[in-house]
Amino acid sequence: MSTTILLLTLIFPLVGTLINGFWGKHLSKKVSGTIATLAIAASFVTSCLFFAYIQDGEPVKVVLFEWMKFNYFSIDFGFYFDQLAALWLMFITGIGTLIHLYSTSYMSHDENFSKFFTYLNFFVFFMLILVTGSNLAMMFIGWEGVGLCSYLLIGFWYKNQDYNNAAKKAFIMNRIGDLGFLVGIFVTGYLFHTLDFIELKEQSFLAPTLGIATMAFFIAATGKSAQLPLYTWLPDAMAGPTPVSALIHAATMVTAGIFMITRLNFLFDLTPDVQHIIAIIGAVTSLVAATIALVQNDIKKVLAYSTVSQLGLMFLALGLGAYEVAVFHVITHAFFKACLFLGSGSVIHAVGGEQDMRHMGGLKKHMKITYATFFISTLAISGFPPLSGFFSKDEILLTAFHHNTVLWVVASLASILTAFYMFRLLFLTFSNKFRGTEEQEHHLHESPSAMTMPLIILAVLAAVGGLISIPGSSWLNEFLKPVIKNSATLHHHELGTTEYLLMGLAVVGALIGLMVAYFKYIKNKQVPVNDNNVSGLQKLFANKYYLDEIYMLIIVNPLNFFGSFFKKQIDGLINGVVLSFGRVPSELSYQGKKAQNGNIGLYLFAFVIGVCGLLYYLFMCY
Amino acid sequence: MNCIIILLIYVLGAVATLASNSKNAAKIALVTSLINAVIALVLTGEYLNGNDISFTQQWISNPNISLSFVVDGLSLTMLLLTTLLLPIIILASFNTLYSKANQLYSLVLFMAFAMAGTFLAQDGLVYYIFWELALLPIFFIGLLWGSDEWKVRKRVMVTFFMYTFAGSLFMLAAFAYLYTLTGSFAWSDLSKAVLSTKEANYIFLAFFLAYGIKIPVFPFHTWQANTYEKSPTIGTMLLSGIMLKMGVYSILRWQMPIAGNVSENILKTVIIFCIIGIIYASLIALRSNNLKRLLAYSSMAHVGLVAAGAYVGNSTGYQGAIIQMVGHGFVMVGLFYLADIISKRYDTYEIKEMGGIRSQAPKFTTFFLIILFASIGLPGTFGFIGEFTLLFALSEKELLYAVFAGTSIILGAYYMLKMFQNAVLGSTQNKVFAEVTTKEYFVLAVICVVLIGLGIYPKLLTDLFIQ
Amino acid sequence: MENVLQQIGIDQYIYLAILLFCIGAFGILYRRNAIVMFMSIEIMLNAANLLLVAFSTYHEDANGQVFVFFTMAVAAAEVAIGLAILVAIYRNIGSIDIDKLKKLKG
Repeated sequence: MSTTILLLTLIFPLVGTLINGFWGKHLSKKVSGTIATLAIAASFVTSCLFFAYIQDGEPVKVVLFEWMKFNYFSIDFGFYFDQLAALWLMFITGIGTLIHLYSTSYMSHDENFSKFFTYLNFFVFFMLILVTGSNLAMMFIGWEGVGLCSYLLIGFWYKNQDYNNAAKKAFIMNRIGDLGFLVGIFVTGYLFHTLDFIELKEQSFLAPTLGIATMAFFIAATGKSAQLPLYTWLPDAMAGPTPVSALIHAATMVTAGIFMITRLNFLFDLTPDVQHIIAIIGAVTSLVAATIALVQNDIKKVLAYSTVSQLGLMFLALGLGAYEVAVFHVITHAFFKACLFLGSGSVIHAVGGEQDMRHMGGLKKHMKITYATFFISTLAISGFPPLSGFFSKDEILLTAFHHNTVLWVVASLASILTAFYMFRLLFLTFSNKFRGTEEQEHHLHESPSAMTMPLIILAVLAAVGGLISIPGSSWLNEFLKPVIKNSATLHHHELGTTEYLLMGLAVVGALIGLMVAYFKYIKNKQVPVNDNNVSGLQKLFANKYYLDEIYMLIIVNPLNFFGSFFKKQIDGLINGVVLSFGRVPSELSYQGKKAQNGNIGLYLFAFVIGVCGLLYYLFMCY
Repeated sequence: MNCIIILLIYVLGAVATLASNSKNAAKIALVTSLINAVIALVLTGEYLNGNDISFTQQWISNPNISLSFVVDGLSLTMLLLTTLLLPIIILASFNTLYSKANQLYSLVLFMAFAMAGTFLAQDGLVYYIFWELALLPIFFIGLLWGSDEWKVRKRVMVTFFMYTFAGSLFMLAAFAYLYTLTGSFAWSDLSKAVLSTKEANYIFLAFFLAYGIKIPVFPFHTWQANTYEKSPTIGTMLLSGIMLKMGVYSILRWQMPIAGNVSENILKTVIIFCIIGIIYASLIALRSNNLKRLLAYSSMAHVGLVAAGAYVGNSTGYQGAIIQMVGHGFVMVGLFYLADIISKRYDTYEIKEMGGIRSQAPKFTTFFLIILFASIGLPGTFGFIGEFTLLFALSEKELLYAVFAGTSIILGAYYMLKMFQNAVLGSTQNKVFAEVTTKEYFVLAVICVVLIGLGIYPKLLTDLFIQ
Repeated sequence: MENVLQQIGIDQYIYLAILLFCIGAFGILYRRNAIVMFMSIEIMLNAANLLLVAFSTYHEDANGQVFVFFTMAVAAAEVAIGLAILVAIYRNIGSIDIDKLKKLKG
């Protein structure tokens, strides 16, 4: 496969960025949006070419030049295109194209239209570097680069300082993870004298400090992929425009952690203790986020917590060593979550920027396409067969059941809750009567085709995406075999009675969730009460377990306190000590000056005494 | 060609600038610095071709002192930093009309002369003379052209002068002692001197006082923020961009090779102090309301990392320190220039009184973003290469060092983004913020190109000192 | 020539010199008049001269006596300048009491 074509995949988004970045102001919105969309679409085409090639071709490694050099190893500026990268390339550029297309319409009234597409293209560029980097340092370029774009896009409406706060928070929380990534790189480089994935895969061995590295990498993943304890930035990140939430904070960037751990599966397999931690954190996160999602009223916040919850399930799979299952769920999740987010964007667009579900309702009549696609995706995420979410989620649950029943229970609970809050979202938004103002009701309309087209495509994918890995004959597992070192342990579940029973249980669970939501919100027409009036567990959920407040209390406030303390007290103290070195001679001289009072008699007296003393010393001591 | 030409041209330029009138002074200074930048590049080419460009001439036979200027990878990199950064600094100062400009620019060139001499000198005493010589011009620049009342300014600048000067005296004493051992001041002899651990400890600490104050390493930093704040922007740029590199350079050139035999405990203590300084300075930067002071503390945090890496003493630390010195030089000059531009438009350095810039000046904001992210070490910028190498060096020594020093990438992001948010973002103010002028655009673009270019292809620079 | 020292003895010269020196020293410490202090200094100088001459004879070495001539020459010069200063001071402040001459304090 020609390397030029592969590199073009990366270059197209960069060119789009540069064109929109330098000349975007002078281009019309139409041109600028088209260029950006075409750039990603071109990238998608080359990705498809590569995807076709890799079906039975060899992975391609492209080294451009030596990037950094240390005395015992060097780091290349290179790219590695393999099966894993191919999957990500496909859905990044594919979904990316759809979301760019959607954005041309969604953002059409924004004054910084071209800037939006600059950032969006730039994001895709970094995301592609992340997945194609040939070594850990290259991956880190993409890793931080997507963080940068995420920062820029969350704070896209920069005049609102709340949004800026959210952007800053996202970047800093990610940076905590990035430090973990760096530490992981250092330990790996120190141990194996290489950061190259291919060499690492061959040369890695179990070293005593390897656990530190994998743990550090996992911390990095918790930052980027919004897991406990670093997930709090993701819900806040919904401050960004909705296409951004769909592309970055649901479909692509947040899956970077899963990508990284899958990429490094051979290291994680060597450290089972860390894998246990990953599984536990993943399961706990999925449950915690699901409970929070139960009581959110902001349509995008519900989806955000749902994303955190789904990512938790993926980490659960990773922790159990079922990398291909996690990857499967990443892909299906990308389809239905992107569809859900874009659908919510369409809704928000229709009701004039309103995001609170309590002021929606009854949109079914006005937005048929949005409703249909949203409904399909909701079914998919809730795990109803035969939609894609059913297969991927079920594989995770099956894997969990085979390893540890407790984890299975936690994950199943999270899935039941998922079904409930997703249908709650659906019913509150689309069913019953509209609860907003008259003026809003007057404006209700279906979105233009540039927005509904992507919705339809994504909904189709969300429906049929599960086919790539149906139990029994999984194309995905075969495809990923070269990537995963211990491919012998790939999980082929024999479909026995237990498995069918578990599947049945999962579907029943999802049905229960659906029914509860149905009775509550359609039969009884309940509308959630104000946040201030909730109590008990609900209050705990509504306040997100007070995690933000706890961080504020134990991290941010002490930092600020110590900052002030150092600035006002310690710096003054040190300065005082330094100046005292100057003051001591000055004070001594001031005192000594008093002896020089000009009285010659005194001088002479001192002189005589001095001479006498000297003489005494000379005669008596020698 | 010979490296001493650079020194001569700086002196000639300083004299010519002094003799000219205020109007032309800046232009003469700029031309001088540009000539030297070109010469430095030519010299680099000759060095890479293997030509000998060093200069040695006996000066005084007893004591044995020679005017010896030798070029190797380390000093050449520092020479390039000085000569290339100086035109940028001078161009950046065109925004301000200084009174008695001929004297100011003459001092600037003289300072460049002294700093270049410090980086080139291979004879301990000559090096010391240049080291102290560099202090005089910046003292007068701060004293005569600085901001704030004369009395306050005088106190700040005198403290700065006395403090750094006092520290350097210990270095002189160390050189004197080394002379009694080896009978020579030449670097080649001193670095071969065999010291007992006890001797090495004392020599190390004597050097550390000089360099620790200059760099500055916690707890010798208290002069810094005040001096940066009161100096005119051109002085601040010279200080942070080049002068404090003299300290790190000297660690690599003199302290570690000569007193490398120092006891492990002292080395560890010094590294730990550097790391404490990183966190300490970052936290203070978090609470700084004055843009210049914030940048001063951020500079201290970055240089703390550089110093820690330099003290690790392995090859990774060595190269990381050099890389980050160059990166930090460009970043700091860029940041102080941005601060200067804001203060010219808004007439304040108080962050609270800024804001609403982005909607009025998108180009300025873009430059600000690039330089800001370079300063917090985003991969793809040169700041990352340095930070990565330094942290890696620390982790080779002790992983925990790297973890603690690495908190600077979190805290750095925190205070810089907080500053950016308050200073640049937000709703539009009543105050008008004009977009960057062509001259400003040019300076900022050059800095950004250097930062990004070297971030993607660092070998352009690192090939000079990595064999 | 018979040595003078055989008749009187070196100790006596030393005692006399010490006595003279002490008189001079106490004079300086006790008196406040600048001229009297000058005289006291001269007495101390002469005590030293006396010792120089005495030991010169004792050691039969002429160097000491040469030094005395130097001392006397320096003393003369000193007196000349000193008195000139005193005259100048007197003209300025109308007194040569050293307690009043305190302008040179630090």
